[in-house]
Amino acid sequence: MSLLNDLININLSDSSEKIIAEYLWIGGSGMDLRSKARTLPGPVTDPAKLPKWNYDGSSTGQAPGDDSEVILYPQSIFKDPFRKGNNILVMCDAYTPAGEPIPTNKRFNAAQIFSNPAVAAEVPWYGIEQEYTLLQKDINWPLGWPVGGFPGPQGPYYCGVGADKSFGRDVVDAHYKACLYAGINISGINGEVMPGQWEFQVGPSVGISAGDEVWVARYILERIAEIAGVVVSFDPKPIPGDWNGAGAHTNYSTKSMRNEGGIAVIKKAIEKLGLRHKEHIAAYGEGNERRLTGRHETADIHTFSWGVANRGASIRVGRDTEKEGKGYFEDRRPASNMDPYVVTSMIAETTILWKP
Amino acid sequence: MAQILAPSSQWQMRIARNSAPASPMTAKMWSSLVLKQNKKGTAKSSAKFRVFAVKSENGTINRMEDLLNLDLTPYTDSFIAEYIWIGGSGIDLRSKSRTISKPIEHPSELPKWNYDGSSTGQAPGEDSEVILYPQAIFKDPFRGGNNILVMCDTYTPQGEPIPTNKRHRAAEIFSNKKVVDEVPWFGIEQEYTLLQTNVKWPLGWPVGGYPGPQGPYYCAAGADKSFGRDISDAHYKACLYAGVNVSGTNGEVMPGQWEYQVGPSVGIDAGDHIWISRYILERITEQAGVVLSLDPKPIEGDWNGAGCHTNYSTKTMREEGGYEAIKKAILNLSLRHKEHISAYGEGNERRLTGKHETASIDTFSWGVANRGCSIRVGRETEKQGKGYLEDRRPASNMDPYVVTGLLAETTILYEPSLEAEALAAQKLSLNV
Repeated sequence: MSLLNDLININLSDSSEKIIAEYLWIGGSGMDLRSKARTLPGPVTDPAKLPKWNYDGSSTGQAPGDDSEVILYPQSIFKDPFRKGNNILVMCDAYTPAGEPIPTNKRFNAAQIFSNPAVAAEVPWYGIEQEYTLLQKDINWPLGWPVGGFPGPQGPYYCGVGADKSFGRDVVDAHYKACLYAGINISGINGEVMPGQWEFQVGPSVGISAGDEVWVARYILERIAEIAGVVVSFDPKPIPGDWNGAGAHTNYSTKSMRNEGGIAVIKKAIEKLGLRHKEHIAAYGEGNERRLTGRHETADIHTFSWGVANRGASIRVGRDTEKEGKGYFEDRRPASNMDPYVVTSMIAETTILWKP
Repeated sequence: MAQILAPSSQWQMRIARNSAPASPMTAKMWSSLVLKQNKKGTAKSSAKFRVFAVKSENGTINRMEDLLNLDLTPYTDSFIAEYIWIGGSGIDLRSKSRTISKPIEHPSELPKWNYDGSSTGQAPGEDSEVILYPQAIFKDPFRGGNNILVMCDTYTPQGEPIPTNKRHRAAEIFSNKKVVDEVPWFGIEQEYTLLQTNVKWPLGWPVGGYPGPQGPYYCAAGADKSFGRDISDAHYKACLYAGVNVSGTNGEVMPGQWEYQVGPSVGIDAGDHIWISRYILERITEQAGVVLSLDPKPIEGDWNGAGCHTNYSTKTMREEGGYEAIKKAILNLSLRHKEHISAYGEGNERRLTGKHETASIDTFSWGVANRGCSIRVGRETEKQGKGYLEDRRPASNMDPYVVTGLLAETTILYEPSLEAEALAAQKLSLNV
């Protein structure tokens, strides 16, 4: 076994210029991540210089068997924390051979919104709080929970420490460092209210990079959980009953909101979001109705509300923002299984481009 | 000689930009433990405890080790700060981390932060933000490198300390000029019990039964007498690495019970260091898969409780003729016995019975070398006419901010009436 470890950790740069590039893409369900690797002749830092590639779309529900090639366009590069050295992870999106984005490619539309001059001028920032649950392999019951039963009720677990309150910290800590190494802008982590549930935050990221960073962070998390022998679940309500769900609260601000008098811009933006509540909710993740009940620090899915420091509202504005008259707001509606390309671009579209 | 005994004032970590990144002391210890596990193939119950890092079946646990021990310094100037605070019960520790992008030297340079107080019983859901003020920095023994642990206290958005914030009042007492001039030193002996996970029965005890009676276990060695030494030892080094002033450890009278001492620390540092040492201990037991208990009487009956004896001295007590100041302090403490006892830890009445080296909770007493008293004065102190006193009343789950602040307040700031003093002196046969 030590031989296997030595081989995995061979430093290629000692003997060769070649690097390994792991191409990542999103599969047919909109939530499954896929990847495969190829050798490149030398180190690359610019995605435009990476070759396009293709994969078998009929095996991921994205193409028919008799016309199965789906083309991968490299979009952004991160350092590979598993292979290290000059090896890289490449976030891609998916196109037909004719150059059209396939239906599950949500990045294409988001990129168009973010390159609209009105949006680009506002320099939209995103801070995304990704929650997730760790499950024991084979039985899919949360990590640390007794098999066939339940742990003590919620209370001691939020940011808790100790073998009876915190389950799976090694996965979370390894993920934190691996993402920082990769170049992902992770700003923090914490243990969540439900035992076995965790959160990491990515941001502040500008425009389209928010989506790229969250997807690659999710990929790194799945790889680490694979090593650890646990399963990651992004289901928004993994256990029904008096147990918290998992969300992906999205913090958002534009240049106008961050400048003096920004609070007025924030209030206007929240108003607009209120007018498009149904459209947003439809795009904020499958199964969200099991999570947004109005209890467990959520707002009811049918009602739009906002408040300062109010965790039971759809939109929460922080006390600091209220006090300084400028800042950002938090959309608490997205579920943990949301697509960040869709959510970030939709918020930008509704608040900057849409006219009621 | 005085310099060696005096605690260094440099508890604050100086995170220099160019300091060589140190790998955490515990990393090698944990990898050697893990490798041993891998060689054995499966987790056997012959090990007293097993490393609880989530185990994988395909033998690649070393890959996770690599990521956990990743030294980030060649790739980024950013480092990770773990903010630590005390939750709604007054004894539950909470923490979460954030990335800091540029090097800092002093806690005041760290940003204030906030957390969801409605999830820790410290705020209502519709006004949930509680603000964290960074107060002291320690090196992070789990992440190594330039990463840090930050002890914080908690405030409302308006800047008022929330009710469970006991540090604020202690800091006020410790910045009172009279207290500052007396340079109060604290040496705190934290006892704790290790419990087996899931059954919550002490480590090393047979499930469904009891070990042989107390006697062989205090400071003992051997697989039938010492349970969980690796936790005590790992904790010792991790604390020293972090910059916590641990002065020693020992196995305690009840099997599965341990003690470590923090000190001498000056003023508010004592509280910060104890809380951080408790956090580090809980993180280590989390990794080891055992449960930490700070309950003052974990097992009813003929088994010792767990205390947090607090050794205390002021400048006057440490100088020539200091014994008089010690006697005066004991007098003052006797007049405020009830106030102190009510602040010395929940459940202490189950522990302070008058047996098992404790004094009864209702009676105040003192004596030289007497472990059955509320206050014990060491033989050295009596002989030299100067030194310190040991308050044996605090329970293992006491809040060190409260206890140290109260001791300073009662002995330095509190002025009893002359009659009260005279009566107390008579009762305790103290000639002051």
